Amino acid sequence: MRTEHVTVSRRDLLSLIGAVSGSAAMYHAMTSLGFASDSGYKGPIRLEGDPKGASVLILGAGLAGMTAALELRKAGYNVQVLEFNTRAGGRNWTLRGGDSFTELGGFKQTCEFEQGLYINPGPWRIPYHHRAVLDYCKRLGVTLEPFIQLNHNALLHATMAFGGVPQRIRHIKTDFQGQISELLAKATQQGKLDEAVSKEDREILMQALKSWGALDGNYAYKANLISADFRGYAKEPGGGLSATPIPGEPINLSDILKSRVWRYLQNFALHTFQTTMFQPVGGMDMIGKAFAREVGDVIRYDAKVTRIQQDGRGVTVTYTDLKAPAKPQQVKADWCVCTIPLSILSQIPVDVGDRMKAAIDAVPYTASVKIGLQFRRRFWEEDEAIYGGISYTDLPIRQIAYPNTGFNGSGRGVLLGAYLFDGPNAYEFTSMPPAERIARAVEFGASIHPQYRAEYENGIAVAWHRVPFTLGCAGNWTEKARAEHYGNLCQIDGRIVLAGEHASYIPAWQEGAILSSLDAITRLHDRVVRT
Amino acid sequence: MMPGSLSFRTALATAIPAALLLVSFVAHAQGAGPSASEPALSAGFRFIESSGEALFANVCRGCHMSDGKGAVGAGAYPSLAGNRNLEAGGYPIDVVVNGQRGMPAFGAMMSDAQVAAVVNYLRTHFDNTYQDAVTADDVKAVRR
Repeated sequence: MRTEHVTVSRRDLLSLIGAVSGSAAMYHAMTSLGFASDSGYKGPIRLEGDPKGASVLILGAGLAGMTAALELRKAGYNVQVLEFNTRAGGRNWTLRGGDSFTELGGFKQTCEFEQGLYINPGPWRIPYHHRAVLDYCKRLGVTLEPFIQLNHNALLHATMAFGGVPQRIRHIKTDFQGQISELLAKATQQGKLDEAVSKEDREILMQALKSWGALDGNYAYKANLISADFRGYAKEPGGGLSATPIPGEPINLSDILKSRVWRYLQNFALHTFQTTMFQPVGGMDMIGKAFAREVGDVIRYDAKVTRIQQDGRGVTVTYTDLKAPAKPQQVKADWCVCTIPLSILSQIPVDVGDRMKAAIDAVPYTASVKIGLQFRRRFWEEDEAIYGGISYTDLPIRQIAYPNTGFNGSGRGVLLGAYLFDGPNAYEFTSMPPAERIARAVEFGASIHPQYRAEYENGIAVAWHRVPFTLGCAGNWTEKARAEHYGNLCQIDGRIVLAGEHASYIPAWQEGAILSSLDAITRLHDRVVRT
Repeated sequence: MMPGSLSFRTALATAIPAALLLVSFVAHAQGAGPSASEPALSAGFRFIESSGEALFANVCRGCHMSDGKGAVGAGAYPSLAGNRNLEAGGYPIDVVVNGQRGMPAFGAMMSDAQVAAVVNYLRTHFDNTYQDAVTADDVKAVRR
């Protein structure tokens, strides 16, 4: 996700604290930066009424396209799907040992991961409130397991802070929260919040700050067994002789503020990333494969769409069969659900009105890079007791994500060694040959985990602007573009309706793709049964 | 004490020189010869590269490729080589600053001088020979 480059002055902090009223506290307030409370999924779609054998041509066999295929066929339509790739799933994609991938520009990478290890170059986590994705997983038999977004023992790293030494999330989180609580308690005691907090609430607030911030009897946050209960100990409680626990020394607030590592705490507070998150057992593409088991028989692969025409009677789509490209092919249908990413659709001649065409042309595609790295051993678990979750850094790699499966195993493991999204570094990494992307991810990662140098074996790097089937990661709507074009993008134009994450308010998420598809086919079906 | 905790300290002790090493890589970044750590990458939301050549190599090359000829997949990245659209300098300035269709806008990530530098580079390389250089002021006029 986008890295926030927010700065905060002491004045900002105090004004923030001053603004706190009643039982709210800063950390809780951060959650208001999240999104809507659920995705609006209403349960399995019901397309009632007889389509009388109407045909629908679906362009793209990603999750949006396959949702449309599955549901429209069930409703009685004659459906066909054209797909550019030789596989279904689109951005729902997993790379395993033996898989190869050729990016635009011609670099071919073959994944050398050990059997059973994988990386999801696209979507990799499912929020609990993405109810449509979860429902399809249930209906299609896709087994889920937890995706760990917050691991208190993972790391926060700022190159220019703490001597470059990564800090445990539990230390930063507890010390930040504790010292803010102490400040608020002081302000309350000094009467500085009297106008904002009633006398009755003040007493409760003091109790709450003590409880929430791990303060002592004097409302101070200190190195003691109270704070150690939250942040962990310098010497953990043990058994037998010399088992006495020793608390660690808190990191002072000024150092935390200046380090800017507090900004990463958003990644654990935002609604999108709140517990519980999920991943399919075995790789994200288990979802695409499950859809393909249902609708694979109507998908024509290796089909590159070159023209989309419509008139009063139907839709004609011209495509190139990439296995036999000499002669253009055509498919006709009564209706068309087009899920082709706008980065590509904007280049295809398509018979739609000016407003939809302007909308198709209005959405740039985000740069994003993911790099998977295989290591000889799971040193993050063995040496550092990091089991799953994500470490964040201000280095260009941004994140190191640990596998949320195979815990405590003794063999090899694969890390997500970089996840760049938007911003200059994502373009810079895209511009590098894949081997250089990987080499630099190893180099940067070694300043967080020095074991990289001895344990690294092989890697694979996917830069989304180089991915032939999307030319970018996802639609990057600005508020202005959305206000002007979003409605026009989603309207049915004659016999054509668009769907995909780009036609949703949850861009870059699978939920957006599925919800957009369900909405599109609901409106399309309504039109069909009325005419 | 947990064994893991002990090892972690050892790990951190070795992380310090690694971090210092990193800083020195950044300091040497203008030196010759490619390596895993060079050139220096941008910090923050603006590109650090200043010459047209460096901007092309680290930004444009991602899609338009080393030879400027673009690439073809389900869609295509247009070739910038011998491209008549570069004849009027205002057009590539507008595309770089404001984006076009799937191409992101780079206006917020590059200064006027950077946009001018990369446009001038494109207009004088890859079989383009337009000698009327654009200026930072030309870029400023295009920002909207």
